[in-house]
Amino acid sequence: MKKEYSVSLKDLFFIFFKIGLFTFGGGYAMMAMMQQEFVEKRKWISAEDMLDIVAISESTPGPVAVNSATSLGYQMHGFWGAVVATVSEILPAFSIMYVLSLFLNEVMDVPIIKAAFNGIQCAVAVLILRAGFSLWKSIKKDVSSLFIFAVVSAVLLLVHIFQWNFSSLLCIIFGALVGLCVGLFSKEDKEETK
Amino acid sequence: MIYLLLFWTFFKIGLLAFGGGYAMIAPIQDAVLQYGWMDADTFSKFLGVCESTPGPIAINMATFIGSTQGGILGALTATIAVVLPAFTIIFLLCTVLKKVQEKPLVKSVLAGIRPAALGMIVVTGIWMMITCGFPIIEKATEWIDWKAIVIMAILFIIPVMYQKETGKKFSAISLIGISAVLGMGLYTW
Repeated sequence: MKKEYSVSLKDLFFIFFKIGLFTFGGGYAMMAMMQQEFVEKRKWISAEDMLDIVAISESTPGPVAVNSATSLGYQMHGFWGAVVATVSEILPAFSIMYVLSLFLNEVMDVPIIKAAFNGIQCAVAVLILRAGFSLWKSIKKDVSSLFIFAVVSAVLLLVHIFQWNFSSLLCIIFGALVGLCVGLFSKEDKEETK
Repeated sequence: MIYLLLFWTFFKIGLLAFGGGYAMIAPIQDAVLQYGWMDADTFSKFLGVCESTPGPIAINMATFIGSTQGGILGALTATIAVVLPAFTIIFLLCTVLKKVQEKPLVKSVLAGIRPAALGMIVVTGIWMMITCGFPIIEKATEWIDWKAIVIMAILFIIPVMYQKETGKKFSAISLIGISAVLGMGLYTW
């Protein structure tokens, strides 16, 4: 039985290659681009799915950028989707770094490029925030969600300010536990009213 | 053989480093210095280059190091090795998730995870904006003495509450005594 996927491998290749080529500034920047390409522009996945992908990418080892490509690719087109998405996202970086490695010494210090990237840093911050707010608009805002969001945000801000060693995995676990409790308690409610 | 070493080194890094890009730099740096692939000075310049080129830092580093140590095959080995653990885990995770995602408890767990993930994104964005415009904030722990602020707050509140409860003024000597104890406690932490 062949499964019909709405997104072709070719599409995945081109989109992820573009993401891999134009994203500077690491994992969250890539997720912001994925959010724009897949959730906003093409509406192939929902905001909820995107957040699931973010959570998975944060909970597993490895670079967040690669993890999110793998999970998104899987959602779009199963195993081969995961492979294509991952490979095509890495391909630009791989090619560039390989070529650079052949010219080892000359590329070590390029001030004008560093200057450009200082500017790009700002764009990255704005893009990530925009993605965050766009996702925020689309998700359910019930009490438990707001509570989790507030706690996680507050804790992470403190972690950043005080430079604590804190695994972001703990935030995911916290959310999972609260979600679990809510699910368990509402189940009990439903059983009581029977 | 260099390829085995590259594969094993980067596979371990790809398996054990949680939390994305920057968490992977430390183990890579350790390995690079340990095996003499680069000296410390070159490494920090190299880090700057990797931050400036597109793509995840870990990938950039793996490719470059693999290439300088073992040519194109080395680059491929290192890059694939660093990606493989995460890819496998995620693939397994997604397969399992697909099967259980309609179960009500799983749905509740996912519903809890989403706002957490959103919090992470938003805080990352906000923090990046703040440190972009105000880079000094990243060094906040260096130029702000939080412990002193906490102690001062305590020393302020105690007399006020004491006065409210008993109508008497809290003695200065007791205040100094308390501050000494707090200082011993906090500053040796």
